[in-house]
Amino acid sequence: MNNRYTAVAIALHWLIALAILCNFALGLYMADLPISPAKLRLYSYHKWIGVTIFLLVLIRIAWRLTHPAPTLPASIPAWQRIAAGASHTGLYLLTLAVPLAGWLFSSASGFQTVYLGLMPIPDLVDKDRAAADALKAAHWYLNLTMAAVVALHVAAALKHHFHDRDDVLARMLPLIRPKGKT
Amino acid sequence: MNVIRLALCVAALVLALPAQAGSIDYDSSEITFVSRQMNVPVEGRFRSFTAEIDFHLADLARSKARIEVGLASVDTGSDEADTEVKRRNWFNVLAFPAAQFVSTGVKQVGPARYEARGELSIKGITREITAPFTVTNGANFTVFEGGFTLYRLQFKIGEGVWSETDTVANEVQVRFRITQTGGVN
Repeated sequence: MNNRYTAVAIALHWLIALAILCNFALGLYMADLPISPAKLRLYSYHKWIGVTIFLLVLIRIAWRLTHPAPTLPASIPAWQRIAAGASHTGLYLLTLAVPLAGWLFSSASGFQTVYLGLMPIPDLVDKDRAAADALKAAHWYLNLTMAAVVALHVAAALKHHFHDRDDVLARMLPLIRPKGKT
Repeated sequence: MNVIRLALCVAALVLALPAQAGSIDYDSSEITFVSRQMNVPVEGRFRSFTAEIDFHLADLARSKARIEVGLASVDTGSDEADTEVKRRNWFNVLAFPAAQFVSTGVKQVGPARYEARGELSIKGITREITAPFTVTNGANFTVFEGGFTLYRLQFKIGEGVWSETDTVANEVQVRFRITQTGGVN
C-alpha cells in the first residue's frame, strides 16, 4: 500500500482543499459588501476558517514529515519530479503564508482576531495604516500566487489521471483504489 | 461714559477669569470607547470635545462638570465604520451633532475615588448615568480619569439592522481622561 497516501494524509488534503476553496470565495465576496452586521459576521467567519486552515496545515506538515509520501511512478522524468516537489513545497508555504498575512493585516487594521469568538490571538503588529495597506497587498498577492500554483497542481493531477493514466491522482483520492500501475 | 462702562466690564471680566476653574489641557485629555464586534474589542475615540469641570475636593456638593462631545469627530478605527456611524442609524450627526453630559452630583466612594452622577443626552434621549472616576492631584495639574458602560440601544445608537446585539454588543465601555491645569482643593 505504499503507492497510496495514508488515510489521514488524504483526509487532511481534501479537508484543507475544501476549506481553502470556500474561504477564497468568501474573501472575494465579502470584501466589496457595504458595511452591515452580515459583513462583520462574514469577516469573522473568514478569519476563523483561515486560522483553522493554518492549524490543519501545521498538523499536515507534521504528518508528512513522519509519514513519507508514496514514491512517484518510475516513468516520471526528473524535471517533473523537481517541478512536483517545488509546487508541493510552495503550496505548504503558501497555505501558511496566506492566513499569516491575513491575521497580520487584521491586527494592523486594529481588529484583533478572536478565534471562534472565544480565543483572542495576540496582535503581533500594532495598528498602523501603512502596515495595514502593505499587509493587505501581501494577503492579496499571496492568494493570487496560491491560486496559480493550485491551478497548476490540479492541471498536473488531471494530466496524470487522464493523459498519462497513472496512479498519481488516485493515490490521493478517497475510495478510488489505485490500479497498481507504477 | 460708555467708554468707562466698557472698561469696567473688561476689568470685571479679566478679574473674574482666575476665579474660574483651571482650563482643560486637551492635548493630554481623551474620550475613548471600546465596543465589541463579534466579541472582538475595537477601540475608538472622539477627537473633539469640550469639558467644563469645577471640582472641589473639600466641597463636593459644589462640584460640577459639563462635557460636550462632537459626534462627527468619531474615530472608530476604520474609514468605513466612521462613515457608517455618522449616518441615521447610528449617531445621526446631521440631526444630533453633539452628545452631552451634565453632572447632577458627585460623591466620594473611596480614597481619591469618586462617583459622578449626571444626565447623558445622545440623539435626543436623556438618561441618568453614574461614572466612577479617580482624581490625581498634581502640583499644577489635575487628572480626572474614569469611565462607564453605555448601553447603546438605550440611546438608539445602531437602529434597524444594527439593533441586534449578536454582531455589535449593546455594551460599550466609555473611558475619559481629562487633564485640567492647576490643582484642586
